[in-house]
This record gives sequence, structure tokens and C-alpha cells, in this order.
Amino acid sequence: MKPIRHMLFGAAVAVVTGLTGLTAIAATPPNMLVIANRIDDITTLDPAQSFEFAGGDVSHNIYNKLVNFDPANLDAGYGPDLAESWTVSKDGRTITFKMRPGVKFASGNPVTAKDAEYSLRRAVILKKTPSFILTQFGFTPENVKDTIVATDDMTLRITTDKRYATSFVLNSMTATIGGIVDSKVVKAHAVNGDMGNEWLRTHTAGSGPYVLGSWKPNESITLVANPNYYGGAPAMKKVVVRHIQESSTQRLLLERGDIDVARNLNPEDIAGIRGKPGLAVDSELRGRIMYIAFNQKNKILANPKVQEALKYLIDYKGMQDSFLKGQYVIHQSFLPATFLGAISDNPYSLNIEKAKKLLAEAGYAKGFSVGIIVREAQERLEMAQSIQNTFAKAGITVKLTVGTGKQILGIYRARKHDIYLGAWGPDYPDPNTNASTFAWNGDNSDAAGLTGVLAWRNSWDNPKITKETEAAMIEGDRAKRAKMYEATQREFQKVAPFAIMFQKIEQTGRSDKVKHLSLGGAITAVSYWPVTK
Amino acid sequence: MAGIAEIRPKEGRRKSPFRAALEKAAKTIVTVVVTMLGLLFITFFIGRVMPVDPVLSIVGERASKEVYEAAYKALGLDQPLIVQFFLYIRDVVQGNFGISLRTGFPVADDIRRVFPATMELATLGTIFGVLLGVPLGVLAAVKRGTWIDQIARVIALIGYSMPVFWLGLIGLLLFYGILGWVGGPGRLDIFFQDEVPQVTGMILIDSLLDGNLEVFRNALTHIILPASLLGYYSLAYISRMTRSFMLEQLNSEYIITARVKGLSERAVIWQHAFGNIKVQLITVIALSYAGLLEGSVLTEIIFAWPGIGSYITTSLLSADMNAVMGGTVVVGLVFVLLNILAELLYQFFDPRAK
Repeated sequence: MKPIRHMLFGAAVAVVTGLTGLTAIAATPPNMLVIANRIDDITTLDPAQSFEFAGGDVSHNIYNKLVNFDPANLDAGYGPDLAESWTVSKDGRTITFKMRPGVKFASGNPVTAKDAEYSLRRAVILKKTPSFILTQFGFTPENVKDTIVATDDMTLRITTDKRYATSFVLNSMTATIGGIVDSKVVKAHAVNGDMGNEWLRTHTAGSGPYVLGSWKPNESITLVANPNYYGGAPAMKKVVVRHIQESSTQRLLLERGDIDVARNLNPEDIAGIRGKPGLAVDSELRGRIMYIAFNQKNKILANPKVQEALKYLIDYKGMQDSFLKGQYVIHQSFLPATFLGAISDNPYSLNIEKAKKLLAEAGYAKGFSVGIIVREAQERLEMAQSIQNTFAKAGITVKLTVGTGKQILGIYRARKHDIYLGAWGPDYPDPNTNASTFAWNGDNSDAAGLTGVLAWRNSWDNPKITKETEAAMIEGDRAKRAKMYEATQREFQKVAPFAIMFQKIEQTGRSDKVKHLSLGGAITAVSYWPVTK
Repeated sequence: MAGIAEIRPKEGRRKSPFRAALEKAAKTIVTVVVTMLGLLFITFFIGRVMPVDPVLSIVGERASKEVYEAAYKALGLDQPLIVQFFLYIRDVVQGNFGISLRTGFPVADDIRRVFPATMELATLGTIFGVLLGVPLGVLAAVKRGTWIDQIARVIALIGYSMPVFWLGLIGLLLFYGILGWVGGPGRLDIFFQDEVPQVTGMILIDSLLDGNLEVFRNALTHIILPASLLGYYSLAYISRMTRSFMLEQLNSEYIITARVKGLSERAVIWQHAFGNIKVQLITVIALSYAGLLEGSVLTEIIFAWPGIGSYITTSLLSADMNAVMGGTVVVGLVFVLLNILAELLYQFFDPRAK
């Protein structure tokens, strides 16, 4: 047995060799973009199935769609992508797309209307979670043979079951599920009639600016530039997204130059890097809306004067400027800013005197008791407490019920709450996604069970607004359609039992060398191809 | 067994060593199987009463009823619980832990990916813990009551009481953020990723096998900090245990005898006292190693280390029971195997155990 000195010596050698001179100060190569993000929600890369944020980010850079947004000008709305142009039939039911000539998939196969036909039919037939984005236009596995048809290699014709606004159909095509796959490659990998669903889970077959390099769940995803991309090879030859759970870890990596972009920094870390040399902070509006809703089954809350009073009893500005600072911005209409038809009117602010007067007129001069249900999440709890305080100033006693997401959702969907406080995110980049849930209510009976519709969950039945929503859904003229949503939202702000409060801001830390990174705003996903550094 | 043989001596031809070994092996196998079955049984049923809906975590809140039900059936959740359990056991025996709902990969593949990462970290951590903890414990016992003993105690107490989360972040901030001595979170710098072919999944070993010293050095700079951190925790435990084992020996009469006989202090401490605590130490080290092999969730999160601890935890939170059960089985198996290994080592070090 060797004496103690020898053991200590061995240990010291191990430590010293580990610590001295082994590291080189890292800087990411100039043609490589390294991003820290939470990517543990990705379960599949198949565009017909993927419905999570991180998956949408990947898909957006790998698959082209028939029409898509320009990351440099998101406000312009959709424009040509794989489809160079399109025409709409007189009855508004048939859209005929002309394909862009000379475009190739990463495999080298030409992109044809047959691929588009296969991709869209496939998404309908596979019936995965996001399939409703297409099937809401009346496509079914049985009728796609007639409704989604490539009449020749360069022409695709789709026919909906009735008239819809063209912008509604085309906006929906920009969702992840509208991604066009290389039908030759996918068919070659189909097993047991799965249309390549299993293979596309971990492989990609697109024509976009990038192809999949590797995907290690919960670790990293690597994209490699596609030399065949019709828009020209992107400047970043490689994009690596690393799964880094912790905000402080992301910040350290960013400060050391080991990553170029940190996407999940908390407000403290954002404040910490602000103003540091070489770093910059971006703020971008996202699609998530924070709101409270008053259940119309509660007699007191069904009183319009009470509703109006409550909308004046929320300290929007106080919350925005304190605990929500930089995370949320005041927004009081149901369409997120940057959506077609979005408005920026914010008519309500904290006004206790006015609220008291309205309550007195309604016969509740002394206030009343009411419950608020909320999910156990920090920002939501803080909002609920702020509202509890301001309601109390008009004599309204609030009982807070805090639970897990599933518990609270259960109560909400069963219409057993008084007031619900929570968030809503759009499912696809068309105003109808939020209009059809906040404003539309086709059948208010309990038996109807429209649990996905927020108006139904709050038992709010306004036939006029429901009709307006349906009309806007089929209006063919884009500008006219936008005007219709604007009018509906102004009406909604006055009469609906919803106090829409905030829209989400995503703050990103980045190296100031990174330019032209668009996270996609409220309507789409991140775009890596315009990035330079 | 020996008792029975004595009562019925007529049958008692003396057991051949071969047969004894066979019996012992059979006994071990039975223990392993029963332990694993119990483990599976408990995790399976706890998993099924958890208030999280695994179907919802696959299809999402917005899925239609049709989509939901298709997934429900595909998971076999429409079968009675006991049938589900037996189907699961049947698959496990064939080495099939099912598909992870969260990653979409076979659980076996996931574990093959995450476990080597943990193993690498835990092994290095344990080596640190043993190399530093054992001498520290011996020293503290020999110099009992002196300032050396006090310092050893403080070092160990800090190791016990500091939250790993805090210590890890401070370590990162200091050695990576400010001094830049070590690599950052993750197992390798981005540029070295996928450079060496995966053989064992442990990058330090794979890079050596490939003869790629650059990757080896880079991996070392990344692992050194989290491994030291885990090593510190196991050092705290090992040094305290070593000290108390040593004190027990040093107070024994045979030590006094040895000293009276004029043996050198070094021989007394290392040959006599230390020689006698080796078996106990093996148990302590094996337990500490097994503990690290479960994966240290917080360390893994801070250092973005894709190990089994965070794999099981995140799977649990999203009701991915296939992954949780697969992970639990592997961790359980490791515990059992380490126990067997420790037992074999006893025999090597302690003739009485034969």
C-alpha cells in the first residue's frame, strides 16, 4: 500500500492537468450560427404531425410551402413560395396554383405539383393533431382524390367544401402542416402504409434553405445549408440549436461567445446582459394573449355594467411596468398585433371611480364576492393578485383558486368557474384562429360541448358577432376582410365578457454580430436563412 | 444451507466447489429477478395512478376526439391494467422498453445515449471522491482533534450542506465565465461534435480509441467541473465514513499491540488499520458510485449534460411512463450489479468472506 502522499499526488495531477491551459477561448465560426433554446418539446419532425414551437422552428427552415411569409417583412402577409402565382374561381371554392419552375428538393428531385398534391393529401389522410388546420376546409381522406389534384406537373388545384376567404385558406397553408415534402423520397421510406410518417419523424425531405444534419433529443439539433435551395445558399452554412434548460447557463454561454443567440433568458438575465459590449437584446411580439373571462352563467357577471366595471378595475399599466416589464405589453383586442385585421386600440385603464359608479348603477354599490381560477405559474399568479387588489378597491372580494394546468382547464372546460385568468395562443396564422374561439359561438347549449371555443366556455352567446365572424371567414377581398375584423374587435371590446390584457414579448439575447434574425413575430416561426454575422 | 447439511449428514456428500459456485450464481440470479420484478411492479402502478394524462401529452390539448382516441388505443390504455402490466413485462424481457412518448425514440436507444454520459461523469466523480476523500479521512482520523481534523470536517460539512445548484453555478461563473479555465456547459464544444465515432458513448474513452487527442482534451475541459462537483459531494461522504472507520480501528487493542511491538507508524496506519477497513470502504464507495449513476438532475441541468437523471425526471413530468420505467429498470440493474461487484471485491480483500 502506497502512502498517503502518493495518493494525494495522483489526485493533484488529475486536477492540475484538468485546469491548466486546456481551453481555448471560444468564438463560433463566422459561417455557423449557434443558438441556445429549449427544444425538449420536439417529438417529430414530420410536418404533417409537428405542432410544437421548437419543431415548427426546425420545419420552417427545412420545408418550403406553397405560400409563405417574408421574414424581412412579416406585416406584408403571405406571398409566393413554391407556388409562383394562383387564381381563384368565381365561386371562391377553387384555388389553382402555378408552381415555381426549376425548383429542386435537397435530394435533387424537381419540385412538382405532384409533390404538393402528395404532401397535402398526406397531411389530411394521416389525421395527426394539426390536421384540423386543413380539414376545416372540408378536406377528408375520402375526398382528397377530387379536392386536392395536380392537373399537371406545374398546376395544383384545391377545392374547398364551400366558399372561404382566400386569405384564410392561404394563411393556413403557411402553417407547419403546409410543408411540401419530396414525394419520391418519402414514398420510398413508407412502411405499413404510414406514408413515411415514421421515417420523417427523424429525417427530412424538403426543398428549403436547410436540411437536417443531426437531431439528438434534449441535446441538440443541427441544420446544414441546402445547396439546391432556390433562394440561394444561406450565409450560415450550419445552424446548431443546443438544448440549454437554464437561463443563467444560457447567459454564461452567450457572454463567453460559445453561442450566438440565447432564447430563454429571464428578465434578470436580460437586464444583466443589456449594455454589455458585443451583446444586444431584441424584443419581438409573439402570438400569445393574456386575458380574463367572465362566465355568463354567473348572474352578477352577466350584467353588462358589471363587466364594464371590471374592465376598468384592472391595473394594466401597473402590471406592464412592474413584474411584466419587457415580457408583456398592453393589448386589449383578441387578434395579436401583426395578424391580419389586428387593431391597437386599448380603451381601458384603471379607473376606480368610474368602476364604482358603474357598479352602483348595476345595483352592486357594495360590491360582491367572486372566484378567479388560475394555473400555478408565476406571472399568472402575480396578475391574479394584482387584479384581486384592484377589485377589492371597489368592494369586490376575490377568492383565488390555484391549481395545475390540467385541474384549472378541467373547471374551465366544464364551465364551472366565475372568472378565468389565462393565456391563448393562435393555432395558425390567420385571424380566424382567434376569432373562431373568442368571438364565435355556434351553439351555447351545454350539450353542444364546444370545449375548444372560449366564448362557449364562458357561456357567451352573441349571434351578431358570431355572424360577423362567419362573414369575415368567407370574405374574398383581403383588405375588406381586415376591416371586418377591425370592426368586430371594437364591438367585442365593448360587449364581450372578456378583458383582454396583454400580448407576449419574447426577449432574445444575441451577439451584436448576428444580423437579420427573425423569430417569426406572432404569425410564424424563426428564419435562419437571412442571418449574417 | 450449512445447517441443513449438518442435520442430514448421510446425504451430505461434500459439495463440490463447482456446485457451490453454481448455487451461489443461481441465488444471485433469483435475487436479481425478484428485485427487478418488484421494481417494475411498483413503478408501473405508480405510473398508472399519476394524475397526468399520457395521451394528452402526445396529442396536445387541441387535438380532436378522434385523434385522442386513436392515440389512446395505440398506447393500449383500453386494456385492463393487469393485462397492460403483463404485456409490458413481456416486452421488457425481450429488451424492448417501448417507445418514449416524449422523444419519439425507442426508450432503449434513448438510454443507450444518455446513460454513458452519466456513467462517464459519475465514474470520474467517484475517482475524485475516492482519491481525495480516503486520504482526507485517514488523515483526519490520525490527526484527530487537531486543526487538520477540523479543516477536514469543515470541507465535508460544506460538501454536505451546499446546494448543488448554487455551487455549480458559482463554479461555472468563476472557472468558465470569468477565468475561462474550463469548457462551458455541454459535453463538447460545438466544433468537436460528432468528430469521433461512438463506441462506448463515453467521449473520453471514444476519443482515445479513435486516437483523437484534441477531442479528448476538449471533452476533459468540459467534464472536469461537473465531475469535480460530484466528486466533492462524494468526497464529503467518503472522507467522513473513512474517518469514523479508521477511528474505530485505531482505538482497537491490536493497534496498541502493534505499536508496542515497535512497528513504524506508517505500517500501523496503512497495513493494519487501513487494511481492516477496506471492506467497509468498498460498500461506502459502491453506494456512493451507485448514487451518482442515478444521475444528478440539478448538475445535469446546470451543465446541460444529457444524462439519465434529467432524462428520467423530464419524462416523469410529461407522464412518459415507458421512459421512466425503462430508466428505473436500468438504474435498478446498476444498483444490483454494483452490489454483486462489491461482494466479489469483499472476497478478494477479506479471506473470511469466502
